[in-house]
Amino acid sequence: MSPDLLKLIFGRLGLESLPLHEPIVVGTFAVVATGGLVMLAGLTYFRVWGYLWSEWFTSVDHKRIGIMYMILGIVMLLRGFADALMMRLQQALAFGGSEGYLNSHHYDQVFTAHGVIMIFFVAMPLVTGLMNFVVPLQIGARDVSFPFLNNFSFWMTVGGAVLVMASLFIGEFARTGWLAYPPLSNIGYSPDVGVDYYIWGLQVAGVGTTLSGINLICTIVKLRCPGMTMMRMPVFTWTALCTNVLIVASFPVLTVVLALLSLDRYVGTNFFTNDFGGSPMMYVNLIWIWGHPEVYILVLPAFGIFSEVTSTFSGKRLFGYTSMVYATVVITILSYLVWLHHFFTMGSGASVNSFFGITTMIISIPTGAKMFNWLFTMYRGRIRFELPMMWTIAFMLTFVLGGMTGVLLAVPPADFVLHNSLFLIAHFHNVIIGGVVFGAFAGIGYWFPKAFGFKLDPFWGKLSFWFWVTGFYLAFMPLYVLGLMGVTRRLRVFDDPSLQIWFIVAGIGAFLVFLGILSMLMQFAVSFLRREQLKDVTGDPWDARTLEWATSSPPPAYNFAFTPVVHDNDAWWDMKKHGYQRPLTGFKPIHMPSSTGTGIILAGFATAMGFGLIWYIWWLAAVSFIAMLAVGIGHTFNYHRDFDIPADDVVRAEDARTKLLAGAK
Amino acid sequence: MNTDTHAAHADDHHHGDSHAHGSFSTYMLGFVLSVVLTAIPFWLVMSGALPSKQITALVIMAFAVVQIVVHMIYFLHMNTTSENGWSMMALIFTIVMVVIALSGSLWVMNHLNSNMMPIHQMTGMK
Repeated sequence: MSPDLLKLIFGRLGLESLPLHEPIVVGTFAVVATGGLVMLAGLTYFRVWGYLWSEWFTSVDHKRIGIMYMILGIVMLLRGFADALMMRLQQALAFGGSEGYLNSHHYDQVFTAHGVIMIFFVAMPLVTGLMNFVVPLQIGARDVSFPFLNNFSFWMTVGGAVLVMASLFIGEFARTGWLAYPPLSNIGYSPDVGVDYYIWGLQVAGVGTTLSGINLICTIVKLRCPGMTMMRMPVFTWTALCTNVLIVASFPVLTVVLALLSLDRYVGTNFFTNDFGGSPMMYVNLIWIWGHPEVYILVLPAFGIFSEVTSTFSGKRLFGYTSMVYATVVITILSYLVWLHHFFTMGSGASVNSFFGITTMIISIPTGAKMFNWLFTMYRGRIRFELPMMWTIAFMLTFVLGGMTGVLLAVPPADFVLHNSLFLIAHFHNVIIGGVVFGAFAGIGYWFPKAFGFKLDPFWGKLSFWFWVTGFYLAFMPLYVLGLMGVTRRLRVFDDPSLQIWFIVAGIGAFLVFLGILSMLMQFAVSFLRREQLKDVTGDPWDARTLEWATSSPPPAYNFAFTPVVHDNDAWWDMKKHGYQRPLTGFKPIHMPSSTGTGIILAGFATAMGFGLIWYIWWLAAVSFIAMLAVGIGHTFNYHRDFDIPADDVVRAEDARTKLLAGAK
Repeated sequence: MNTDTHAAHADDHHHGDSHAHGSFSTYMLGFVLSVVLTAIPFWLVMSGALPSKQITALVIMAFAVVQIVVHMIYFLHMNTTSENGWSMMALIFTIVMVVIALSGSLWVMNHLNSNMMPIHQMTGMK
């Protein structure tokens, strides 16, 4: 075939795009491919494809979509953490003239992929998954406002993750750091497909994130059950509301800034070049207008989880509910006023730097208020040290430390010393792991029995907890020290042999975290095997306080046979106090949304379009785009969008629960 | 108390919000207003009625802002009570965000621009 024809069909994709010359990548590919094939064969052998397709992939049930988000997050955590281990090993080895084992081309991709994956495809899915699962249950709703949109959002997130994962074996990923600053990310300095994978992976996933933000805001504003006023909403729902407001207000900025970067790369505009009036600084400015709210998007729901957990396991109403809500709202607003603290050193004058330094310090006030609220909730409480509570206490200790180094970095003169140093790396891992990751784990442990009907095994959970916490401190405290000594981030080799010991300690810490992750996977497996012993028949295994515990574990598809009526904060606690009796008769058919495959199909085309654009396979991009429009319009003619769960089915489900409850007594 | 199952399944099918839909006359009023608000800036540019281009640009910006308000009131039916005040709250929040992002960016970029000017351009300055 002529080269022109090949180029027309495959764009710039060729055999040389496969990283066959990199033994590490080939080895990884072999392992992943074998694992994948074994899994596919297993699924086919046990004939679960039909089940997965009809009950999960096409499901519009918010609980199933939430669980799928969590699975996505945990799978991507394995990938992102593999990158982390590779970096720690490289940095521990590359001393005294040694080049380590990763070449710079590969190492730069590893640290970029680690950041992108951990933020967009681990932290975001974990947080979104928990919100999806919990929020409708907490407000007594049957589902989210737009169930089909929810399914579509999930698959778009998966589509983005697929593109980022594909870059490992087809072509390469960006070598620019996780925010892809120009001019490095411009076509002149990154002519390969790496940055294009970055752009389209994030754009595809970003559609999902934004839509899911709109969906959850709508759900919280419009679908609360009777009696649940705004100031009676559980704190987790409040933080979810604020987080989704942040998502809807900030993700469009990311979308636009990446779109402008793609125009620079694809059609030769000069928004972020150094020529013709372009300004790379504008990219840095805009991406942090998204980027700072993003960290609060991640951490606010974690704060909500800790609030629920603290009050449940202390057996007390949350201290200072109102102040907690106002602190959350204040953080939401303030998070838009601090973005410049990410680039104090890039040439702003004293007035700008001091303004943003001060706003940054102010944001620690509402956060501190929250910390005291949790402490006062625990004060004189009857604290049960179950796993979610242990994660919460680990969070409180760790996050305060991270918060204080954050305030330190907020002082512009100090930032001039510490900017881009390992001190900064230690700081943001300190708040993201100590806040978001511990929060997600507390949430998983807390709501797992609600989702699956059995508790998680405490032994493996505690093992995982101690590995994670000690591993975290061993891995990141040395980085604070190194950062204060002036070691900058993203270095591949070192000259000064006296630094090596710190990197070795950090590497040991990372290995302990690795054991923590393995223990967690073990915990899931062991809990599944012991599910009969760990069974939760009451639907309220923790003697908890909010509405999600009023229904069975796992909840029926319709969540509540009758929409609950709320009279107080901590609605379920209030119902229990007043001798609530489950209604046993009078069930009616329940109107529910139908499953649809349109979401996964649309997201599949969007991913294919992204792939086409990355490799300049224009026909593929065009065809997928048209197909996307066609399927989208076609879906508007689908009138089979809802059905009624017959009253008999509701009676059967509720009677089964009555029997279970009677057996439990 | 919570056993009152009657109130529970109150409304699953039809959503009882009263959307403030406009009448023919309000739509016409909105349409006429937006045409006028578009025509005046056109005329300003075509005729050059104002002495300087800068003033013309500012006046056009002002008309654009009024245009946005007209659209929100007559076509999006926004007022302080629609959707229990949520529309107004969302609007205020949006305006605050846009003002922060725009004014902040202008301020920041102005600083970066004047402080980070390349050396060869600085030598030409007095």
